[in-house]
Amino acid sequence: MPLVDLEIIGQGSPQVSDQPVVTARSRGLVACTRCTRVWPMGQDFCSRCGSALVSRHTRSLQRVWAWWAMGLICYVPANIYPMLRTRTLFMTDESTIIGGAVEIARHGSFGVAAIILIASVLIPVGKFIAIAYLALSLRRKVSMSSHARHKLYEVVEFIGRWSMIDVFVVAILSSLVQLSAVASINPGPAAITFALSVIFTMLAALSFDPRMIWDNPEESHP
Amino acid sequence: MVTVSAKIRESSASLVPEAELIACPQCDALYHAVPPRPGERALCTRCHTVLIQPRKGAGLRVIALAVSVMILMLGATFFPFLQVRVAGLHNASSVFDAALAFVDGPMVALSVAVAALIVLIPVLRAFLVVYVLAPVVFDRSPWPGAIAAFRLSETLKPWSMAEIFVIGVAVALVKISDLARVDYGPAFWMFAALVVVITIQDGYMCRWSIWKSLDKEARK
Ligand SMILES: [Zn+2]
Ligand SMILES: [Zn+2]
Repeated sequence: MPLVDLEIIGQGSPQVSDQPVVTARSRGLVACTRCTRVWPMGQDFCSRCGSALVSRHTRSLQRVWAWWAMGLICYVPANIYPMLRTRTLFMTDESTIIGGAVEIARHGSFGVAAIILIASVLIPVGKFIAIAYLALSLRRKVSMSSHARHKLYEVVEFIGRWSMIDVFVVAILSSLVQLSAVASINPGPAAITFALSVIFTMLAALSFDPRMIWDNPEESHP
Repeated sequence: MVTVSAKIRESSASLVPEAELIACPQCDALYHAVPPRPGERALCTRCHTVLIQPRKGAGLRVIALAVSVMILMLGATFFPFLQVRVAGLHNASSVFDAALAFVDGPMVALSVAVAALIVLIPVLRAFLVVYVLAPVVFDRSPWPGAIAAFRLSETLKPWSMAEIFVIGVAVALVKISDLARVDYGPAFWMFAALVVVITIQDGYMCRWSIWKSLDKEARK
């Protein structure tokens, strides 16, 4: 089968094409995922950029699951323990991630409450489900097409970092609000477990080899 | 507007030298790497990952933008970022202070991580890009370690979180708005500008072109 041309576009969005493509693997080549150069199958390192060459990271799934599990383990205490300890003259307040968002919503800032809930709850939970689904979909037949699953992977990879918002909020507030007895804000233990959870799930997504999503031709091209 | 040329080529992969082939890192589709004209982009037909996007004069612009990132970050880190006033008391905080917020007790690791994500990694990436591109732009052979430097810069990309920090600031301000009065310091605007510059710089970088210019074989 001959090679397909690259799609060249000026402005505007690409068109959806469903013509079958030739893969590097089918030509006995191994692609460097860092610099996109191809080499004969069996070469271990890219001679151009020095990255390790693997045609498919088949064993990467174990790594994905390991990071995924560690992320999940850290996410549970992140929701139980307080994220912030606020001390003013009159009261001491400890708020968890969800408690903090509810508090903000009660003051009328629904937009900001939504940002926190999306970044700290919706995105992490969605990410755990999405990564698990993608990893499982490589082993069994699923109804979602390769195109849709790849889109899902891109979304997970792009959006996962944004969960860090709440950690940064805690960092900013803790450094800014240090007014001796009048008011002080300090980080709670959940700050560290939440940050770890975000980092571990990012590593899980980065360990995933998206090329495996496309490997089953009868699924992507019915 | 869209000029799609997805004709099937008669050339077979075996006839094209390996050096002129390009494989999509996301889906392994193999193509004959034909660089598009400046301003156009070459996409993978299957998954639409951008593979080549040359821009005219990109090298110099990327260097200029990366240098501004370093300068802005220097200012943004140490100038006061925000000031807070409560009942006559007042406290100013810099990005550096925010990074050190967790320094007490068992949270030191978190302080290091926050400092890395919002200050060190963005600056390091800017420095690495200048180191890699400066000789290339002036048609010299790359400086030693340029390949490893660009590889590191690319690996660090998802861990550069300056833009997320800016959103965090906005959220933090709302959170304490009923507790205290907050004023922006000069560093806040520097940091906001820095995020814009990083985004523009990223848009000008064509990874494929840079790797090609670092290719030892191709330079012979
Ligand atoms: Zn390579
Ligand atoms: Zn592709």
